[in-house]
Amino acid sequence: MALLDIQDLSVSFETRFGKQMAVDGYGLSLERGEIHGLVGESGAGKSTVGAAILGLLPGGGQIEGGSIRLDGRELVDLSQRDWHRLRGAKISMIFQDPQTSLNPLLTIEEQLVETILTHTKLSEAKAKTRALSLLEEVGIRDAAARIADYPHQFSGGMRQRVVIALALCSEPDLIIADEPTTALDVAVQKQVLALIRRLATKRGVGVLLITHDMGVIAEITDTVSVLRDGRLVEAGETNRVLGAPSAPYSRSLIASVPRVEKKVARFPQLSDAGPRRGARSDLAQRGAEWLLSRPGAGSKREGDILDLQGLSVSFRSGGGLFRQSRVVRAVKDVGLRLAVGETLGLVGESGSGKSTIAKALVGVHKAQAGALRYFGRPLALTEKRPARDPSRREIQMIFQDPYSSLNNRWKVGAIVSEPLRFHGLCKNRREAAAITTSMLALVGMDPDAVGKYPHQFSGGQRQRIAIARALAARPALMICDEPTSALDVSVQAQILNLLKDIQDRFGLAILFISHDLPVVRQMSDRVAVMQNGVLVEEGAADAFYKSPRHDYSRMLLAQTPSLDKLADPQILAAQTVA
Amino acid sequence: MAIEDSADQGAAKRETLSLWRRIGRRSELAYLFLRSPPAMIGALLTVLSLGATLFAPWVAPTDPFDLAAYDLLDSLLPPAWAAGGEARFLLGTDDQGRDMLSAILYGARISVLIGGASIAFAAILGVTLGLAAAYLGGWFDHVVMRIADVQLALPAILTALLIDGVARGVLPSESHDRLMIPVLILAIGLSLWVDFARLARASALVERDKDYVQAAEIMGLPAWRIMLSHILPNIAGPILVVLTIDLAVAILLEATLSFLGVGVPADQASLGTLIRIGTAYIFSGEWWIALFPSLALVLMVIAVNLLGDFLRDALNPKLR
Repeated sequence: MALLDIQDLSVSFETRFGKQMAVDGYGLSLERGEIHGLVGESGAGKSTVGAAILGLLPGGGQIEGGSIRLDGRELVDLSQRDWHRLRGAKISMIFQDPQTSLNPLLTIEEQLVETILTHTKLSEAKAKTRALSLLEEVGIRDAAARIADYPHQFSGGMRQRVVIALALCSEPDLIIADEPTTALDVAVQKQVLALIRRLATKRGVGVLLITHDMGVIAEITDTVSVLRDGRLVEAGETNRVLGAPSAPYSRSLIASVPRVEKKVARFPQLSDAGPRRGARSDLAQRGAEWLLSRPGAGSKREGDILDLQGLSVSFRSGGGLFRQSRVVRAVKDVGLRLAVGETLGLVGESGSGKSTIAKALVGVHKAQAGALRYFGRPLALTEKRPARDPSRREIQMIFQDPYSSLNNRWKVGAIVSEPLRFHGLCKNRREAAAITTSMLALVGMDPDAVGKYPHQFSGGQRQRIAIARALAARPALMICDEPTSALDVSVQAQILNLLKDIQDRFGLAILFISHDLPVVRQMSDRVAVMQNGVLVEEGAADAFYKSPRHDYSRMLLAQTPSLDKLADPQILAAQTVA
Repeated sequence: MAIEDSADQGAAKRETLSLWRRIGRRSELAYLFLRSPPAMIGALLTVLSLGATLFAPWVAPTDPFDLAAYDLLDSLLPPAWAAGGEARFLLGTDDQGRDMLSAILYGARISVLIGGASIAFAAILGVTLGLAAAYLGGWFDHVVMRIADVQLALPAILTALLIDGVARGVLPSESHDRLMIPVLILAIGLSLWVDFARLARASALVERDKDYVQAAEIMGLPAWRIMLSHILPNIAGPILVVLTIDLAVAILLEATLSFLGVGVPADQASLGTLIRIGTAYIFSGEWWIALFPSLALVLMVIAVNLLGDFLRDALNPKLR
């Protein structure tokens, strides 16, 4: 008998617009020691499946039909009392964010022992030995000394190991891991995934791994099911589903995953919201002409578009009226050069200072030292409020989170036309309105978007609007700070295609900042690697991905989940056309 | 081809969903409002009392400020339903023979005027300072917030009394009565601006780190423009909530000051003045002079508070 057997599961949510199906007829069979991946884009209902198995559906959620059997026991319609006995004991959970899933006021030992005592009949002394052996099992070095520490004394990856130890306390049969590595850097992600694999095999625990990340799926799962809009699209052996997907949706999903091994000119992308041919192309054409008709575009500008030397940025933190503040050096002596029409990929783990460089370049952060030249002309960098320098107009930025980068109280038209109005790039209101709609057309948005508010759009559409706003300032250099990290993979492919198109058409230079090496590979001509605020390696992208020189770069590349199992995107593209 | 088809279906489905969401967002406040009886009662009472006070000259039976309209012979008459009451004075009369109902309607008018004006003054001052403190930071932030701390250490009544006392001392006595209302507005406003300053600062600190503010900075916009057109609309929700709740506080504060005798002069009696006059008669049996203005005050404050509570819950996504 399968450990977990789900049949025809349907979950609905009561909303004020009536009942909406979050999961519709989902089925799954999971054996002991097996890792099953549940993959899908946001809103696909994957977390709802996890919550239904745990009996923890959020308010308004209700199981409409089907059955969930754990070891043959029906979980649907279990009483609250039975759930308390089952949850934590037979089924455990690993959450996404190790920062919030541990109690910061209790030591690791207290949390482990408490959980062990709740679920087993061990004495307290035995529970302590058990806690220690669990910590050793999940790979905490020097566990005997560290067990008395508080969560904040551990790094993110170590904390996630503690969370896993916590999930193992009750010797569960089934573990549900909801995006267990999404909050972690790649190097740590690889180790945590290896740990989950090892534990599943050794202890014979079934794992249901919920993620949006194809790399994670390819790395450790045995079987996988692809979900879309609450419906099961395709399920089967991971190698088969990723290598030869049969459903059109999974084919397109896999095709849009950026590969680290190979650069493609464009993502073979089905276009959900991409520019449709026809009505809007004349608008887009007008926008293109406007962008190219830059005053003085004829006169050739000499040299590199950007030349940054010796940039150092530090922050003061914790200071007050009577207290000395602490100085954190975020970026140390970094130099970068960027030629016209070129893309430089800036990679590194979180906290390496990538974003700080971007903010210093656009003048939001004041730098302590350094010199910045734009086509040979010096730009303000270390002065107070450097963003006020008017020659910075041609340097524009795209942010990571499209939900916070647009002012929610403004209509899209006002957002996109603000740079036009402020920089005096148009003669009057009529012209501003015309340019605004043509910019929106350029990024593939309908002209009627001008009258709507940002919350009426999806994440990908919002990112398009943000790009339109940046274009309206007539930039020559675009700084993209993790522009697709907050987006689903198919939307990411659209936005990356859009950025490539814009670059090809208008010869923009792009500084592309990302932690995601496969994405950077797809976008960059050259790559620069940051570690702890220092630039450790810089070079041509092809050479970098073939043979990185610095140890740190080598480590980063080695830890990136391998996508060998995934079918070749070009083959998938061919299937798409056929 | 198959991929394109399923993609189009997906797009269509998303389109309808976002349409629903669009309608939902627009009427979200209305949706929550119609499901909150306290909010509806609050709104009804607020509209009724505001309407009655605004249209007092047309609603009230007599004009209590018109010396010719009342007669000392009618003084201290009980409400119409009590023994000895007369039908023309529904809520009885005060010691001057004025109709209580009219006095309350006109008095509430002055209370609302002073409360509203002082809260507007406090909000403009407080939001400006708080917003600038958050956005500019540095020494300006320190100075403004320390002043706010000092202000918080002084009870609102004390501040108001202080300003009132200084004004009485400085202003010539003949212009005194005329200037009393502006002085009260200033006094109450100055004792309430801290609420707004602290709230505006706290909310603006959250907003200023969001990317849209940085996008505006990258555009090179001047600080005042970023504060006014970008940050202010985004922190308006919580400020609106404090505005309604503090309006009740301001009305109460005015009543307290008038009750203590430092408020508006007796010939322009506000609710507080009426209550003060009434207290002198409670023990001699003329309870209605103090009771009815007090009830009117309680009703108004509760109404505004109910509305404020609703707005606080409705505009705070964490409480839903």
